[in-house]
Amino acid sequence: MMTAPIVWKSSARRLPASEVRRGAIQIVDATKFYGSGASRVLAVDRCSLDVRAGEIFVIVGPSGCGKTTLLNAIAGFHELDGGTIHLDGKLLCGPRQRARLGSDRVVVFQNGALFPWKTILDNVAFGPIVQGTLRRADALAKAGQMLADAGLRGYERSYPGETSSGVKRRVEIVRALMNRPAVLLLDEPFRALDALTKSVMHEALLAIHARNRGTALFITHDVEEAVFLGGRVAVMTSRPCRLKKILDVDIPYPRARSIVTSKRFRDLVAETTSVVHEEALKAHALGEKEG
Amino acid sequence: MVAHATATDAVGRASKLVWPQRPRAWSAGRAQRRAVVAYVVALLIWQLGSTSPRWLGYPLPWISHVPTPGSVAVAWARLVSDPGYWRSWGASFVRVLVGFSAAVVTGVPLGLLMALSRPVRAVVFPVFELLRPIPPLAWVPAAIIFWPTQELSIDFVIFIGAFYTMVLNALGGADGIDPRLIQVARSMGASRWNIFHRLVLRAVVPSILVGMEVGIGITWEVVVAAEMISGGGSGTSTASGGGLGFFIWNSYVGGSYPQIVVGMASIGIAGFLSSAALRLAAARFTRWTAAR
Repeated sequence: MMTAPIVWKSSARRLPASEVRRGAIQIVDATKFYGSGASRVLAVDRCSLDVRAGEIFVIVGPSGCGKTTLLNAIAGFHELDGGTIHLDGKLLCGPRQRARLGSDRVVVFQNGALFPWKTILDNVAFGPIVQGTLRRADALAKAGQMLADAGLRGYERSYPGETSSGVKRRVEIVRALMNRPAVLLLDEPFRALDALTKSVMHEALLAIHARNRGTALFITHDVEEAVFLGGRVAVMTSRPCRLKKILDVDIPYPRARSIVTSKRFRDLVAETTSVVHEEALKAHALGEKEG
Repeated sequence: MVAHATATDAVGRASKLVWPQRPRAWSAGRAQRRAVVAYVVALLIWQLGSTSPRWLGYPLPWISHVPTPGSVAVAWARLVSDPGYWRSWGASFVRVLVGFSAAVVTGVPLGLLMALSRPVRAVVFPVFELLRPIPPLAWVPAAIIFWPTQELSIDFVIFIGAFYTMVLNALGGADGIDPRLIQVARSMGASRWNIFHRLVLRAVVPSILVGMEVGIGITWEVVVAAEMISGGGSGTSTASGGGLGFFIWNSYVGGSYPQIVVGMASIGIAGFLSSAALRLAAARFTRWTAAR
């Protein structure tokens, strides 16, 4: 952090990947109920997952299956009723013990949560400034550099309300990465975007992830999105949420848009879809609402 | 924010939704020209209405009792050179400013405190809601008894006029903050203090500004009642500097009807000027809301 304000990129190149990668998550028997008494619903049932450090791990499942519950437990927004979650070998949360909120795990929300009264640059610089890890001027310089790296030069002085939803979403990812999180938690971040913007965002996310050595835990119900982004894709069962199947996406990074027409990609999508579809039917039968 | 938005700009925006407008450039110049036309038409209606016995043969209801624009202009022209009239302006402005500032300075923190602390809200809000419906006018006798000086009594009644609006707007603004913004800030390592001064204090600005705009309007509405306390301050002349509100009442007692209208119009202008000043300030502070 002494010479250049942007150490992240350069240090990632200097060190062998094995030493830099962090963000391994072990979820063991995670269980979560909602409500109490007679209306108590089992949302997540003894769900176990192993997310490897540095990978893009995608969780797919029907709407309302409890994917977000898992993510919120990792983030520290609520507690589990049973099971444990470890991050890089350290206990993050156990039964009835909420994970500490911390900048090692930053969430990118579905509908965006940029501070509307701050400029794009101030939004991105927020984390290091409030944590006191960088002086204000350094934080702003680093934020400007990260925005430029993400192809967002020229938006620094705009307010979020003045930019498109695609730009906002990218800014939000950059803002999260400013905190150098071990894990980036993405909760259907591109759900509200149109198909064209979405495909641009996918490539942007892959490019950003390739430069930064952290884990990305990505939640979606869009199978194509899952296969295009994910190193591995976990399909979850409908309520209660449990691991149904993990698929290895053996298409090497960097992935170009063109792979979506390849046979391997289509096969993987078809395979995932058939697994997801069973669960979607079950969810439909239960009358699960969107969400 | 949503609930209070009507006061500032919603008139213009809502009308665009209700009346699909022709795709024509709407310039500030055009709006100003239309405002001038509106004033001229209003004056014309006033002139015709107040002189209706002469040109129509019988008085139109209500409006024929209003002094003619001419007589008002004559009275006003005479008053412009009367230092007492300007002292009344000054006195009312100072009172509004004092009462209003007190309402902002106490109301905003109280609203924020209620928004941030459940126990405080549980204790304060029921009392607040019980006091709120009591009109400022009803506080006049109590204010006279409470406060040692006449001036403080007047300031207090004006303060009551704006206080509740300020509290409610601060409270509503803080309640309306998107909880995800707070979650995201906390997950980026923001402390409670950081969240308060970087999030809450910034996010409530628009709704506090709307509250101020509504509040200052109410203070000018209250000024007449409040200044009846004063009894005119020093002298007994119609323009002795007792404030614009007292000026109106005194003109009525003295039977000078054109002066009543002068006083009314003066308060209208004073309120218009204060709101315009606040709006200008608001636009500077909330550039970020413009694009939403």
